[in-house]
Parts: sequence; C-alpha cells; structure tokens
Amino acid sequence: MRALLSALLAGLIFGVGLCISGMSDPEKVLAFLDFSGNWSPRLMGVMLSAILVHAAWLRWLVRDDESAPTSIGAPPAGRRRIDAALLGGSALFGAGWGLAGYCPGPSVVALGTFAPSMIVFVLAALAGMALHRGLVRSSQTPTSK
Amino acid sequence: MLPAILGGALIGLSASLFWSLNRRIAGISGILSSALLGRAQERWSSLAFALGLLIAGVVFASFTELVPAPRLPVLPLAAAGLLVGFGTRLGGGCTSGHGVCGLSRFSLRSLAAVLTFIGSGALTVFVVRHLLKLWVPS
Repeated sequence: MRALLSALLAGLIFGVGLCISGMSDPEKVLAFLDFSGNWSPRLMGVMLSAILVHAAWLRWLVRDDESAPTSIGAPPAGRRRIDAALLGGSALFGAGWGLAGYCPGPSVVALGTFAPSMIVFVLAALAGMALHRGLVRSSQTPTSK
Repeated sequence: MLPAILGGALIGLSASLFWSLNRRIAGISGILSSALLGRAQERWSSLAFALGLLIAGVVFASFTELVPAPRLPVLPLAAAGLLVGFGTRLGGGCTSGHGVCGLSRFSLRSLAAVLTFIGSGALTVFVVRHLLKLWVPS
C-alpha cells in the first residue's frame, strides 16, 4: 500500500512538472527539435533542471543508504554496452517523437484531454511495447518444439 | 524560462522520490510497459504512477491551456505512437529514463541514446515541417 501511494505521489509530481514546464504541449517540444525553424531551448532547460535536482539527490541523499545497490548507475545485466538495439531503438523513438511531439510521459498527461486521437496514440504506444515483448520472446524461444 | 526550471525541478524531485521510496527508475516508457506487461508487484505501482500522471493531466487540461488536444490527424498519431512504444522498449528508455534518470547517473549509454533520439527527432521535424511542409503551426 505504501509503495502504491508513493508511486501515485511521484506520478502526480511528475505530471505537474510536465504541465508547469510546458512539456505537455507538443508544440513546445517540437520547437526544441526544429533547429532550422523557430528554435526554442525550453526542453533543454527542463531537462537540465530535472537532472540537476536528481543528480544532487543521488549524490548527496542516497549515497550512504545501505539498501541502495553498490552502483546506482548499474544498467540491467546484459545491457551494458552501447549496441545496435540502444541506438536503433532510440532512433525509432526519436522519429515518433519528432512526428507527434509526444514522448511517453506527456502522452499520458495529454490523455487528460480525453481527445480520442490521444487515446489512439497511447494505445498504439502500448501496442508497440507489446510487439517488442513478443519479438523478444519469440527470438528467445526456439520455434521448433 | 522560470516555468521550465520549476517544472523540471519537480520532475527531478519525482524521479528522486520514486528511487528513494520505491527503488525504481522513473522512466515513463518502462513504467507503462511494466503497467501493461510487468510482474504483479511492480505492475500495481506502475499503474499508480501512470494514474498520478493522468490525474495531473485531467486537472491541468480542465483549468489551464497547458495541455492542448493533439493537433495531428489520427493516422500519423497512431504511427508515431507505435514508433514511440516499440523504439523506447528496444532502446531501453525514453526522455525520462535515459534523459533525466540516465544522465543524472552519468550513464554513457543514456547519453548515446539521448543524442540519438534528439538527432532523429530533429531530422524528422526537418523532413515533416520543412521538406514536406506538413502540419506546420500557423
């Protein structure tokens, strides 16, 4: 129950942060990606501010916490290298992001408009995630029985 | 720039609380994927996190202009959603997971991911807005 409440609180704060910063408006996101148009540094300011707070928290507040893993920066086992999946996946994500101006966080926030096309976007994103899971599963399990 | 700094700080605070209280990375693509496909104990807190995002969206969409309805037609939105969902899982993170959490941990993998998705996003905007001249804001 406590884990649910803290997750709800974290999600709420995250959502309020996205709204206040303007990142819930895809135009402001696309303005950052539009280097040959009316470029806006806003997204960079939001990210730098978030990184500053989070990096400071990790550095000074959880450093001596014994329940923390020895290396807080450790990525999931088996995925430690900069590989084709990391770069290819990020390139595909960037294409979708640049097309619509929504990354996963703002897309959930924008569901709050109850616009049918936003519901379609989020369902499509979930389908993309399920598709990836399906492909990973089928590549791990040999097809022959 | 003040709203950007303030909003960003809240995002950083959220990532910090989620790490300290739940021992989880506040990467939204990972959270959504876990809400849909994850193990039971993580699944419920992922759903709670997503619910928090949604509540913020409902409130701000009702009382402010900060959360506009999408401008794109439904077909390109669906294509974009598919790319975002599949790409973030293949790449292991999105703007929050690699961008905020990964860079806060000085992860080189995350830096490579961030530079790649910003580059690919900028290329897409260039092609869509300046070459094809589609959905250009007035």
